[in-house]
Amino acid sequence: MAGPMKMRATLGSGYTDLRVLMTHPMATEQQTKGQPHFIQNLTVKVNGKTVIEGEISQAVSRNPVFSFRLKGGAKGDKIEVSWLDNKGDTNRTETAVA
Amino acid sequence: MIHRRRLLQGAGALLLAGLLKPLAAFAAWNKAAFSSKTSADAMKSLGTPSAEASGGIVIEAPQIAENGAVVPIEVMSKIPGTTSLAVLVEKNPYPLVAKFDFSEGALPFVKINAKMGETSDVRVIATAGGKHYQATKEIKVTIGGCGG
Repeated sequence: MAGPMKMRATLGSGYTDLRVLMTHPMATEQQTKGQPHFIQNLTVKVNGKTVIEGEISQAVSRNPVFSFRLKGGAKGDKIEVSWLDNKGDTNRTETAVA
Repeated sequence: MIHRRRLLQGAGALLLAGLLKPLAAFAAWNKAAFSSKTSADAMKSLGTPSAEASGGIVIEAPQIAENGAVVPIEVMSKIPGTTSLAVLVEKNPYPLVAKFDFSEGALPFVKINAKMGETSDVRVIATAGGKHYQATKEIKVTIGGCGG
């Protein structure tokens, strides 16, 4: 069920710029007559270590895009982002810092 | 009979543990905070009942959002030691939009796209060293984005 994810991590000045797109309806209660379907949790890992943990609501837009900044960073660092929605669907993607 | 019941209970617990396992990688979702209908209640449930106004929180967002379904909100804290940022849209049916916890290795910065039902203040709560800080910014919405 889970649609594709896209992620890009680029070295900025002193930090790594991370942009991640998730394909998800993010349907609200109002849109679905009380059967919302939305991502609840997301996790960002750098080289296997969790650095950001997010909890989000149905008020995040459809096909959510998030930007984060990671301290320092080097070319080739492995970034992993995963999410979990309120129906138990989950997805993850991985990229290396470019 | 007692044995059988115990056995069944044990089996049930094992099954449940197995089912919950894939979820264990994620922190618990703060249901109380996300189902709060006022930002004051949401803040209580987040463990940040009161917060001091701070100029160290930067909210970058359009003054006027034409489309309430996608309002870009960029949030950054300059307060040293910020470990958590929460974003609330005061007038949404459920004000709390998102909460992020930052560990060593991440900067307290996040950009999200949020839905806004109507013109509202956006409130950001930052937690640093056990203290809570807040800042607000009004975003005007011309077409609401919650009903879809």
